Amino acid sequence: MASQNLLKSKVGPYGLSLLILVVFLFVWQMSTLQPAFDSAGKTEDDLMVMEFNGDIVKDAKGNYIYNPDKVKGIPGPGKVFEKARVELGEAFVKKGANDHGIGLLVIYTIRRFLVGFIAGSVVAVLLGIIVGLSRPLYIALNPFIQVLKPISPLAWMPLLLYSIKDPYWTAILVVFMSSLWPTVANTAFGVNSIRKDYLQVSALLEMSYFRRLFQVILPAAAPTIIAGLRISFGSALVAVVPAEMLLGELGAGYLTWIEWNNLDISGVIFAILVVGVVGYALDYAFGRLAAAFTYSEV
Amino acid sequence: MAFLRVDHVSKTYPVLDDKARKGDSFVVFRKVAFEIHKGEFLSMIGHSGCGKSTLLNIIAGFDQPSEGGVILEGREITRPGLDRMVVFQSFALMPWLTAFDNVRLAVRQAHPDWSPQQVRDWTQKYINMMNLHGAENKRPAFLSGGMRQRVGLARAFAVEPKVLLLDEPFAQIDALTRGGIQEELVRMWNATRNTVFMVTHDVDEAILLSDRIALMTNGPDAELAEIIEVTIPRPRVRAALIDSPEYHRIRNHILHFLMKGAKREKHVKSPSNITDLPKTSSQLQVVGK
Repeated sequence: MASQNLLKSKVGPYGLSLLILVVFLFVWQMSTLQPAFDSAGKTEDDLMVMEFNGDIVKDAKGNYIYNPDKVKGIPGPGKVFEKARVELGEAFVKKGANDHGIGLLVIYTIRRFLVGFIAGSVVAVLLGIIVGLSRPLYIALNPFIQVLKPISPLAWMPLLLYSIKDPYWTAILVVFMSSLWPTVANTAFGVNSIRKDYLQVSALLEMSYFRRLFQVILPAAAPTIIAGLRISFGSALVAVVPAEMLLGELGAGYLTWIEWNNLDISGVIFAILVVGVVGYALDYAFGRLAAAFTYSEV
Repeated sequence: MAFLRVDHVSKTYPVLDDKARKGDSFVVFRKVAFEIHKGEFLSMIGHSGCGKSTLLNIIAGFDQPSEGGVILEGREITRPGLDRMVVFQSFALMPWLTAFDNVRLAVRQAHPDWSPQQVRDWTQKYINMMNLHGAENKRPAFLSGGMRQRVGLARAFAVEPKVLLLDEPFAQIDALTRGGIQEELVRMWNATRNTVFMVTHDVDEAILLSDRIALMTNGPDAELAEIIEVTIPRPRVRAALIDSPEYHRIRNHILHFLMKGAKREKHVKSPSNITDLPKTSSQLQVVGK
């Protein structure tokens, strides 16, 4: 009963979120604890070799312990937090050609994503309107759209890279390709299946072609178009990370791969978290923008 | 010359059944002919499937007749236009526009040469006439059914069409609200004296509002059976109407027709329905066919 009342109260759900986080961190911490080093049964020579290899170090009291910088298995939350603290501390520092701070990498990823997504969406909505306005064209082009739609945008990458020979633009084009088809399909469907009485009203009012398009057809199709944009948005966001990895373009996705090459697993986990936060922030911004264009159907 | 003439209009569809012979067609209604005078309120009653909404769509210009034609002020109707406004059963309000903007859109289309201020004033006038005060800045989703149809009526009246076409306008509105909005329609009609063609299922509504009531036989292959003149003097008030003997005579006649008369044999124009009429009434005239 008490737990039910807690959930119904205003802070209850947030409290539950916090509890889940604490439990998760605790389980993570406990499952990644390193056992204390036990020198029993090892000769002096064994210990020297292990120290030479960096597996163990001497602590302040002169006893051997496992080297905290050379972790076996998954690092614990403390390590990842420490890594995050260091990385965020130098978020906007450029240390080398391929070693930019995390803040810069996030900016590169968002820029790449937005350029590809906005260009893809503009093309997709225009194409969708053209296809959706004409029933014969809709029927004729629908099979092509349906075949192109399920192709993973990454599958285009070799062909794109070969054609334009530039990884920077290839990454943007991969995002462009992944933003295209769901929006085309939804826009065409939305424009094509407008309620008949809206068109009847615009006919009664003798509206011109363009006025009908901009004041009746597009607003009426807007919820469907936005639903398509939302699907595109998700798939473009999913595509941008592997595109950066495979093409070696600097960005938040690339960071996961760089840290893997460094065998820095704390860095990999930190990079994954960054990708998650960036995706959430972009999705939140899109949701706020979309809310301005939606309305309740009668 | 008649203001609006529905001249022997038939509507047929090709039969798409496998067994049908080539050229077979399905007749919704055939050779419907009547005239509406300027400023007259004519209603059409019939069972579902008799094609009355199809006929309204033909007058609106949404649909084409298979035979015959509709002539408005000497010109044949071929497509929709601002001289005929439809009030839809589904309201057909743009859900992304406020009540005010829905009406304003129509006013702007009807008067492209007006200044924005003129358009706004005219829109406000009709919003006020339909008692939509306080609702003008709400979107249709936040209005009740009755309020939505007030917006629909305001939009139609604001254009000042030659003919107003009402397609079961109050069918989706609950019975209690319906009475109020019907009386508002009467008030608007008295003020504007528009020519109105209304399609309805509701006998009481037809008697309250109409000058004449056209009765359709059952579809498919429906025909116009008769047109009854409603001679109850205006202004008609609902409360007073229920006590009027003429009201009951007309109502009973229509109900009898709908229950049995509408099911007469096809293609046989029997004048027998007309003899059902109460002969004692001198005020109830039949303008038969």
